[in-house]
Amino acid sequence: MSELAIRAVDLHKAYSITRAETLSSYRTLREDLHSILRGALRRGSGATREIVKALDGVSFDVSEGEVVGIIGRNGAGKSTLLKLLSRVTDPTAGHAEVYGRVGALLEVGTGFHPELTGHENIYLSATILGLRRAEITRKLAEIVEFAEIGPFLETPVKRYSSGMYMRLAFSVAAHLDPEILVVDEVLAVGDAEFQRKCLGKMNAVSQRGRTVLFVSHNMAAIQQLCGRVIVLDKGRVGFDGPTEEGVLHYMGISAAVAETDLAGRRDRRGTQRLRFRRVELLDAGGEPVTVALSGRDLVIRLHYEADAALDHADVNVAFNVRSPNGTLIANLNTTDSGGLRQPVYRSGYFECRWPRFNLRAGAYDCALYCAINGEVVDWLQNAFRIDVDDGDFYGTGRLVTRDQGDVLIDYSWTSGDRSS
Amino acid sequence: MREAPAYTWLVSSVPVTPARRPSFVVRPASGWRLPNARELWPYRDLLLVLAWRDLKLRYSQAVIGVAWVVLQPLLGATILVLIFGRFVGGSGDRPYVLIVFAGFVFWLFFSGAVQRASSSIVLDAKLITKVYFPRVIIPLASIVAALIDLLIGLAVVAVLMAYHGVVPGWQLAALPLLVVLGVAMAMGVGLWLAALNVKYRDFMYAAPFLLQVWLYASPVVYESEAIPDRWRTLYALNPVAGWIDSCRWALLGTSVDTVAVVLSIGITAVVLFSGVLFFHGTERSMADVI
Repeated sequence: MSELAIRAVDLHKAYSITRAETLSSYRTLREDLHSILRGALRRGSGATREIVKALDGVSFDVSEGEVVGIIGRNGAGKSTLLKLLSRVTDPTAGHAEVYGRVGALLEVGTGFHPELTGHENIYLSATILGLRRAEITRKLAEIVEFAEIGPFLETPVKRYSSGMYMRLAFSVAAHLDPEILVVDEVLAVGDAEFQRKCLGKMNAVSQRGRTVLFVSHNMAAIQQLCGRVIVLDKGRVGFDGPTEEGVLHYMGISAAVAETDLAGRRDRRGTQRLRFRRVELLDAGGEPVTVALSGRDLVIRLHYEADAALDHADVNVAFNVRSPNGTLIANLNTTDSGGLRQPVYRSGYFECRWPRFNLRAGAYDCALYCAINGEVVDWLQNAFRIDVDDGDFYGTGRLVTRDQGDVLIDYSWTSGDRSS
Repeated sequence: MREAPAYTWLVSSVPVTPARRPSFVVRPASGWRLPNARELWPYRDLLLVLAWRDLKLRYSQAVIGVAWVVLQPLLGATILVLIFGRFVGGSGDRPYVLIVFAGFVFWLFFSGAVQRASSSIVLDAKLITKVYFPRVIIPLASIVAALIDLLIGLAVVAVLMAYHGVVPGWQLAALPLLVVLGVAMAMGVGLWLAALNVKYRDFMYAAPFLLQVWLYASPVVYESEAIPDRWRTLYALNPVAGWIDSCRWALLGTSVDTVAVVLSIGITAVVLFSGVLFFHGTERSMADVI
C-alpha cells in the first residue's frame, strides 16, 4: 500500500450570489449599507440572494504516484475542487489533508506580464508558482529549450506569437516539479503539436512517481494519462474508479443532458395546440453534443408535437438566451430572420443553426416560444440550457481570455497613418 | 526459495516511518487569528520579484524612464516651494527649500506606498484567484518598491543639502529607525485599505482624496511649529505629523516635539496591529469576493 498524497473528507463549498441584481461581484459600500438597513427594517427583503453549492460533500483518497482525472460537466465543481486543494480558497465545511508540495496550474501563464521579456517572465511566473530563485536559475536553460524560444528570450512577450507564448508559459509550469501536480484544462488550448508536447511532459511527470490531478473535457487525453477518474456531478462524486468505466459514466450523465426533456413541464403558457417535447444540441455533423464549443457550429433542434397538422402556417418560433448573470443576450426567432412559412406536422422539429457559436464559456439559460398564425401556442421559461466551453473562436491556436463579457465578436483591427 | 532472502532484505530495508503529518490541511477559515510571521519567510523571493516587477513596469513605457523617479520629488517639491514659499517662509536658519524637500520626500514615500498598497490586491486579482501564497506579500511588495523611490529621493535631498552647505548631525543615526516607522505606518494604512478595496471598490476612489487632505494636515509645506499651541496635541494625533517632523529633525536638525513622536509611534502600532489582523481575517475569502 503506497503512501497517501491527498485525503479529502466531506468537502463543501458554497458561494452566495446575488442574482441579476448586481452584475459585478464586488459591491459598493452604499449597497451594503442599504441592504443592512433594509434587512433591519424587514427580514427577507425581495433581494434574490442565492446559495450556490459548488461542492456538496466530496470525499476521496489519492495515493502517491496516482494520476487521477477529474471530469464532469460545466459547473460540476471541478475547478472549485482544484482551487480548494491548491489553497486558493477555503472550503465552507469539511477538510482535506495534502501531503507534499503542490504545484497548481489553474491557467496557462500565471503572472505573465506582456511588457516583460521572456527571460523576466520566466523568473516572475516561476517565483509566483513557488520556485526559489536559485532553482529557476538552475532550470532556466531547460525551460528555454523546452519552449523553443531561444532567440526571443530578451523580447517582451507581447511581441510573441500566441504559440510561442503558450509554449513558454507551459514550459515554466512543466518545470515546477512539485510532488503533487494539479492541472486545470490546460490542454484545451494550443495546436495539436502543443497538446502533444504537454501530454508528453505530463506523462513524464507521472512516470517519475508524481501525483497528478488533471481536469479536462478532453476524454482522449484523460484516457491516455489517467488510471483513475473521479466524475463530479452537481458538486458530488458521481463515480470514482477505473478510467474506462468513469468515462462511460460521464458520457452517460452527459447524454441525458445533450437532450432536454420537456414532456414533464407543466409551467407552460399558450394554447398548447403545439407543445415542445425536447431540445437537442447537435454539432455541424448532426452528432449530439453535451457542451457547445465557441467557434464551432451549433445546431439547436426543437422537437414538438401538435394537435393537428397544418399545410401552410405562419410559424413564429423563438428562443432567447440569457447569460449566467441573467442578462438577455439574444433572441433568435424566425420573424427577424425572414419568417418561416411551412407545414406543421403532428410530430416534428424546428432546427436553428448557429454558425461559429460565439458565446464564451458558461451556462446559458434559454426560454422557448412558439406562435402559429399569431396565436401563442407554447411558451416555456428556462426551457433548456446551453453549456459552453471556451474554444478557439478566432482560430489563433489559443483560447479567448476569460471573464471578458459573454459574447465573442468577429472583428479585425487595422491602423492608419495620418502624419503625412 | 532463492527469492526469500532478497524479499526479506527488501522488507527490512524499509525504514519504519512514524505516521506522516500532512504538509497542510485545507479547512474552513475560523475566526480571527494572528498571522504566523514564520509562514512568510519561504516567500521572500516572491516579495522581491513582485517589488522588482512594480518598479520595472512603472517606467517601462516612459521615454525618460527611471528619470521620473528623480523628477517626481523634484518637480513636486519645487511646485510646493513656489506656491507656499511666499506665505510660509523658512524658519530659523534652514532655507525653506530644504524644509519642504526633506518633508516632501518622506511624504511622497508614505502616500505612494499607501496608494499602491491599497490598490495592489485588486490589481493582482488574477494572481489571487489562481495561486496560493500569503496575500500580504502583494501590498508588502508595493511598499518595498516605494522604499526604492525613497532612497532616490533622499539622494536628491542630500545633493540639495550639500548645495546649501547643511551638514547633518548625529541625529542622522536615527534615520533608519524612522524609515522603519514610516514603513509600519504605510503598511498599517495600506493593509486596511487593500482589504477594504477587495470588497468595496469605493476605497480605491477615496484613497487619493484621503491622501490629498492628509498632505495638508501634515507638516510638509510648513513646520509643526506653525500650528498654534492649543491645537498641537490634536494635530499630533495625525501619526504622519510626528514622523515627518522627526525625519526632518534627523536630516536638518530642526526641532521636534517628543509628545508628537510618542503619539505617532503609539498610533502607528495600533493601526498596524489592527490592519494586520483585519487583512489576515479577510485574506482567505479574497479569492471568492474579488
